[in-house]
Amino acid sequence: MPSSKAPLLQVRDLSVSYQTRRGNVRAVSNVSFDLYPGETLAFIGESGCGKSTLNLALIRLLPKTAIIESGSIRYRKRDGSIIDVQSLNDKQMRRFLWSECSMVFQGALNAFNPVIRISDMVYDTAAAHGMNKSEAKDRVMDLFTKVRLDGGRVFNAFPHELSGGMRQRVLLAISLLLNPQIVIMDEPTTAVDILTQRSILDVLERMREELHFSILFISHDLAVAAEIADRIATMYAGEIVEIGPVDNVFYHPRHAYTFSLLNAAPRLSTEKEELHSIPGSPPDLIKPPSGCKFHPRCSFATEICQMEPPPLVAAEDEPLHSVACHHVDQVLASQRR
Amino acid sequence: MAVSEVMPQTSPVSAMTPAEQTPILELRHLHRWFTKGRQRIPVIQDINLSIQPNEILCLVGESGCGKTTTGKMMVGLLEASQGEILIEGRNRQSYKGKEKSLLRRELQIIHQDPFASLNPAHTVEQILSFPLVKHKLVKNRAELRKRIWDLLTLVELTPAADIVGKYPHQLSGGQRQRVSIARTLSVQPRLIVADEAVSMVDVSIRIGILKTLLDLRSRLGLAIVFITHDLALAKYFAWEGRIAVMYLGRIVEIGSTRDIIANPAHPYTRALLSAVPEADPLITRRKKPLVLRSEDIPKLTDIPPGCAFHPRCPFFQPGQCDRELPVLSPPPGFVQEVACIPLQGDGTLTPYVE
Repeated sequence: MPSSKAPLLQVRDLSVSYQTRRGNVRAVSNVSFDLYPGETLAFIGESGCGKSTLNLALIRLLPKTAIIESGSIRYRKRDGSIIDVQSLNDKQMRRFLWSECSMVFQGALNAFNPVIRISDMVYDTAAAHGMNKSEAKDRVMDLFTKVRLDGGRVFNAFPHELSGGMRQRVLLAISLLLNPQIVIMDEPTTAVDILTQRSILDVLERMREELHFSILFISHDLAVAAEIADRIATMYAGEIVEIGPVDNVFYHPRHAYTFSLLNAAPRLSTEKEELHSIPGSPPDLIKPPSGCKFHPRCSFATEICQMEPPPLVAAEDEPLHSVACHHVDQVLASQRR
Repeated sequence: MAVSEVMPQTSPVSAMTPAEQTPILELRHLHRWFTKGRQRIPVIQDINLSIQPNEILCLVGESGCGKTTTGKMMVGLLEASQGEILIEGRNRQSYKGKEKSLLRRELQIIHQDPFASLNPAHTVEQILSFPLVKHKLVKNRAELRKRIWDLLTLVELTPAADIVGKYPHQLSGGQRQRVSIARTLSVQPRLIVADEAVSMVDVSIRIGILKTLLDLRSRLGLAIVFITHDLALAKYFAWEGRIAVMYLGRIVEIGSTRDIIANPAHPYTRALLSAVPEADPLITRRKKPLVLRSEDIPKLTDIPPGCAFHPRCPFFQPGQCDRELPVLSPPPGFVQEVACIPLQGDGTLTPYVE
């Protein structure tokens, strides 16, 4: 599927650093990936691995202490023209947000202004993009129905009058107000209850089928990623260490880190299971380890891992599945046992 | 000192629990309500539970179902509004003086957020020495040092020398949670309530902390009440124990973890289990979530009559579920106890047709 269409978003060699008193923290390091129309790409990894920084960089919402050191972000508009997101001026950037790429943040309450009604939030967003009030209202009411919300009740409500699940669905609806091609979702189902999570995931799935937008999904919850993603990208210490179709990555992980993450996730459907934590903690990104950044915590590591950083290359037998690990064969062999 | 890589065996440490019959903790018809003006808000209603020494019990349910309130009442951080709490067969009220202070030690709680529960201005050494000194568990400085060292080794914070002088902010989330576990263990508890003890730490290290807790349980003969909203975690942790599912302040299903996970009975438990995504793409895509009639959780100020789940239940039986209060008992064909009226008839459920 992906190879047949032109990518919507092309990220190449993107590096982002935060400047701190102790030195430069390289939170995202030489990241390259493509996002195709209609697909969901999920980023997984421990906290501090650079998932959120990467996605904030894509929409230029990084804090002032962060600088994009290198790389390009190319976006293909509906008319086929390609724009460089980094070269947009402020006005163009404001247009780009919401109408081309929108974002749903985690912890839905923080994403609202507590003293304005949902309706005003909708109108403000619409006005900034030249959409008139009645058109905005019609469209958002339609979206509210799609996300299974009672539009009449929600539209004039204040954020605090809504439950967590409702707020998250309101955000989802508003993020689609201007019909963007990409929606970035940062842990949208973290901190909600099981049944609420289920309804958000179901709604998301239905909206995706109807409206065909692409999703960049950030989650530390492997189960949610397994359900929603078409492709998975594992991040470690600011780098993409493995990227491929969801089934490949979950059933035949090729990077030792992905393999370890999967081994630490409890499942309901299996009988008694053997799980293992990953020893140690993610590295200090001011002074990252030499070679493969995962080597100090890796049970497969050998001398070469300390010396040379492994490049992210496509597997010979699985061209859509790329991995940056010196010991792919051993990682795969250990799964056959 | 490494935690065994396999899960603990079923056989309890029988040498440590001669009085198998007397539960370490028993809740009888326990109620708790909070008042708001003249209104009484029931948070816990008629909970009956008993926990044997060395047992693992998991309390699961969504936020607001009363898990934490129950946990707090278990360790005495919150008074019950009505009902009895028995500790080793004796009412809590009957413990006085020295016995009462011993009780404080023996029932401990681990909080969810290790950043909020550890004083940021104190070093790990100070954090661990306060309870030891307060409860006069050490005679002199040398003994205090040794105890702190032992505790850190017990929770696998080694080398201890690197840890004792640190402040909480210098530790990772997982290390911080291990310090709170060490603090809990410092007073030699017999029952620990772990309230969402790993939900703030990364997935990659959760299992390590849970293994430490399980290992401590089998070595020290602790009883653990594990409070969580994560069913997969509950299944892993309580594989040798029991699960109690709570909904709006009541237990709706209780039984061995294996029975409940393999064969959930109560419609609410079925809904929860069928709604959880799984870290397995094929299984999670094939899952068929049980669709509820309503997504709204009723307010505690307005709990529905009869079975509180009836307005959302897809197996609602008018005239029964909205009138009678279901009691916990094993329905035909099930081992666990379930509070569901239609199920108790012949062990089957019929979908509600409007």
